[in-house]
This record gives sequence, structure tokens and C-alpha cells, in this order.
Amino acid sequence: MTAMTREETQALIQEVLEVYPEKARKDREKHLAVNDQSVEQSKKCITSNRKSLPGVMTIRGCAYAGSKGVVWGPIKDMIHISHGPVGCGQYSRAGRRNYYVGTTGVNAFGTMNFTSDFQEKDIVFGGDKKLAKLITEIEGLFPLHKGISIQSECPIGLIGDDIEAVSKKAAKELNKPVVPVRCEGFRGVSQSLGHHIANDAIRDWVLGNRDTSAFESTPYDVTIIGDYNIGGDAWATRTILEEMGLRVIAQWSGDGTLAEMENTPKAKLNLLHCYRSMNYISRHMEEKYGIPYMEYNFFGPTKIENSLREIAAFFDDTIKANTEKVIAKYKPMMQAVIDKYKPRLEGKRVMLYVGGLRPRHVIGAYEDLGMEVVGTGYEFGHNDDYDRTIKEMGNATLLYDDVTGLEFEEFVKRVKPDLVGSGIKEKFIFQKMGIPFRQMHSWDYSGPYHSYDGFAIFARDMDMTLNNPCWSQLTPPWKKAA
Amino acid sequence: MANIMIQRDSKGGYQFYLPKRDLEDGIDSMEFDTPEKWGGEIKLSGGGTYYIEPQPAPARLPFSVRAKRIDAAE
Ligand code: SF4
Repeated sequence: MTAMTREETQALIQEVLEVYPEKARKDREKHLAVNDQSVEQSKKCITSNRKSLPGVMTIRGCAYAGSKGVVWGPIKDMIHISHGPVGCGQYSRAGRRNYYVGTTGVNAFGTMNFTSDFQEKDIVFGGDKKLAKLITEIEGLFPLHKGISIQSECPIGLIGDDIEAVSKKAAKELNKPVVPVRCEGFRGVSQSLGHHIANDAIRDWVLGNRDTSAFESTPYDVTIIGDYNIGGDAWATRTILEEMGLRVIAQWSGDGTLAEMENTPKAKLNLLHCYRSMNYISRHMEEKYGIPYMEYNFFGPTKIENSLREIAAFFDDTIKANTEKVIAKYKPMMQAVIDKYKPRLEGKRVMLYVGGLRPRHVIGAYEDLGMEVVGTGYEFGHNDDYDRTIKEMGNATLLYDDVTGLEFEEFVKRVKPDLVGSGIKEKFIFQKMGIPFRQMHSWDYSGPYHSYDGFAIFARDMDMTLNNPCWSQLTPPWKKAA
Repeated sequence: MANIMIQRDSKGGYQFYLPKRDLEDGIDSMEFDTPEKWGGEIKLSGGGTYYIEPQPAPARLPFSVRAKRIDAAE
């Protein structure tokens, strides 16, 4: 199918909307748009960060997921208590594939689930005592943990427990940070507010802890912010930065530690990958400590090259020279990857629906392989995300915010992309429709996809999925035309 | 009254950020913009208007300040 015109795309949106009742149609209409690169401000064409309508199938998560799952969870040497009933933590446990080094259960706790397992009596009589007891038990069983965070699930806010008081008392007894996080699932419209709440908790309880202690700094200290080390992403990023001659003093929060977070205010530059989930703390550090932050993109050689040069521009000539060397070193390797896979992938069309930074950041990587992204959308993006997206997407492509199950399916049926990139909940629907699919949250159990190393894996995975012979075998023999 | 943050954008202009609502926007005009007197009415690219009590310009940006909403865009 050739590219659609503006009118065709607009007509498609209208057609999909037709099945909704009047009121729902009006509301959903605002969240769907035809991309127009001339628009400066996304809010003129698309509405985002609004409450999902009851009755539609949204793909969003809750504030607890944003705080525990995304921001706090990967900090490996802290214990994150899922405070409330057992399900929220258990069903999301280790699902994000944040890799880390350490001995699980001894000095690292990333894939473990700690919960206060609320029962009826805790709801009726309050759970503060249980929480205090839990913290004491943790200290006894896992003495090497560096701190505790209390991630509130829905009931905590509803019954009005005073987790702050418990935390303060426990922090004194343990002489370790104990951080209460008010990220109850019902707050906000999506996981996005959870990121914000988590950032604020870090700001209030962690960031200033080492302001007065000595730190041997170098002029080349940077941090990686908003990289969750999914399948090893942050490691791939870190090695490149180190090759440039920079010193990475903290990883937020993939394979990160409490000490790294506390030392972050000593950095010279914060490198921000996932803008959505960690812009809050970056802004705060810029104001309080005067550390500039820079958004970068480590997907695909073109974007990596641009980002590396932009990063180098903050530093002196040695770094700049090193950077050119790094770029020159990897160029032939990347060219080999492109030469190998581009002929197999060229001209293929992709539809994405993810969260955070990926709906716009991965576009460059696909383009490096000669592919085209014809539709994209955010689960929980805000206006500023769409502002940044409009320029990356081609004219007359589809934008969909907080897409519903129905809309996504209909769009895919009509646009007929060669590949869909989204999450686990969408995977099997599209695979059964015979459309190649990659999970773009967890990298489909692969990765890393960031940085130069990641691109080679990314290209291989896309080829492996798209050109897999299984897609032609989906029609059973008795249904095939004779 | 709301807490807002004023930042520099990449083009050297001012940028507006309202943490409470996670609202990022460009600033089209600021009533007073001299070192001695800074603030006053600020007009956002998205159409809203806010008011900052005129004060000496901050030594460094970003800068958090209380502002009054005069006219919101939405
Ligand atoms: S919405 Fe509430 S109950 Fe559901 S997962 Fe989130 S915190 Fe748990």
C-alpha cells in the first residue's frame, strides 16, 4: 500500500470513530490526529494526558506502576516495599527486565518482591504497625540493603495511613534512608504522575543527602538519567560515553545505586534519555545545583552521532577530538549492519504505540534501516512529548494518544503496516492477525537496543521478526484457496 | 497562585513550566525584562497569561517563582 494522503488519513480516523456514541466520539476525536510538520504546538492538533474514558480498553498503567515499576524499582541496593495488597507488586515483578549486577537477595534486590500483603484487618485497623514490623524484619534478613522505599498502593491513601511517620522513625532506628512514596494507583490519569511523584520523593528524601560530604570530582563527570537498563541499555550507553573520555558517576536508575543518586548533584552535566519520566528531577538539579541537562537519543547511528557531538559540545577539545574518533571507529561497523539488513527491510512500514520516549526516539533507528514509521502514539505522553514528535514524523502519518484497543486494531487493519511495535497486551492480537510484532517495552526479551552495540541487535531483531517464514503459514491449508 | 519555573529555551528565549500540571510552554512576551525590574505579565505561546510580582531579575535560570493565573489557555 502506498503512503496515505492527509484526506485519507483523516477519513480513516472518522471511520474508526463512527462506532462510538456521540459523547465518546467527541472526546476521542481530540486524541487522534494527522501529523502536520508545520504545526509548532502539538496542543493545536492533539490532546494528551487526559483521563481515559470508562468503557474503552486503555493500555495505561497506574501511578504506582510509574513509581515502583519505572523510577524506583531498578535502584538495586534499596528494598522497595509494595505497601498494600500482594497483587500490585507480584504481578508486575521483574517484568521490565532492568538488568543489574549484584547478588540478588544479598546486596541487590531488583527482581525480588517485598510486600506488606494487606489483609482485611489491615484495611480496617490500619497497616502502620505492620509496616514498622516489616521494616525491622527486612533489616534483620537483608542487612546489606542501603535503604528502603515504601511504594504506596491504592488502599494506603484510602485508609489514611501515616507512612511518613513510620518512615521517619524507622530511618532513625536503622540509620538508613527510608523513603515514603505517595504513589497510590488512583492518583493522576496514568503512570505519568507516578514518575512525577517518584521524582519529587527523590528530590525530598535522597538528592541532598551528600551535599556536604567531599567528592573527588573531575571536569568530565556526567550522569545517565532516564535509562532503565532494559536488556542492558544503560551499559551499552555507558561504554560509549566512557570511550569519549567522560566519567559516568551515576545511572538513573537502571543498575543504579542509592549512593549514585546521592552523588548526582556533583555532576557537570546530566544526560537525559527518557525525558518523560525524569525531566522533573533534571529541572530541579538545574535550578538548585546549576547542572545543565541535555536530552539525547541513542537509537540508531544517525541520532547517536548527532547526540555524541551535542554532548561533546559541553566539554573541551580533547573530548571533542575523542568523540570524532569514536564516531569514526563505529561508522564502518554500523555501515556493515546497515548493508546487511537494509536490503531486507527497506521500504517496510512500522506502527508504534509505546510510552515514555520511544514513540519518537526509535524513529531514527528505523529510518537508518530504510524503514518508515507511519503511525505512532504515547500511552501517557504530554503536550511537550508531542511537540517533540511532530518534527520526527512524516507528514500525513497517524498520531494517536492513549489509543484504545479498538482504534489500534482498526488502524492496523487499514494502514496494513509490515511491523507493529507495542507491548505484551497488544502482541498476541496482532500476531494472530498475521502481522509481525515486536514488543518495544521489554525489547521482546532481547536487547540492548541503545547505543552502537544496541543498534546491531535492533537491526537483527527487526529482520528476524519481519522476515520470519511463519507469517506466510498462518492460514491453515483447508482455508487456502485451491 | 501557583509555583512556576522560568527557564531558558534552546533559542535563548524564556520558557514556562508549571510543575503542578506538568505544563511546558514558550513565553511570547514578558512585561518587564531588565536586571532591576523583571516579571509582570507574561504571555504564553499557548494563549495563557500569568502575572509575576515585578522583582529584580534572578541571577540564574531556571528560577522558581509564585505566579498568578490571569487567563488560562484551556
Ligand atoms: S491501581 Fe492501585 S490496586 Fe491497581 S495496581 Fe495500581 S496501586 Fe495496585
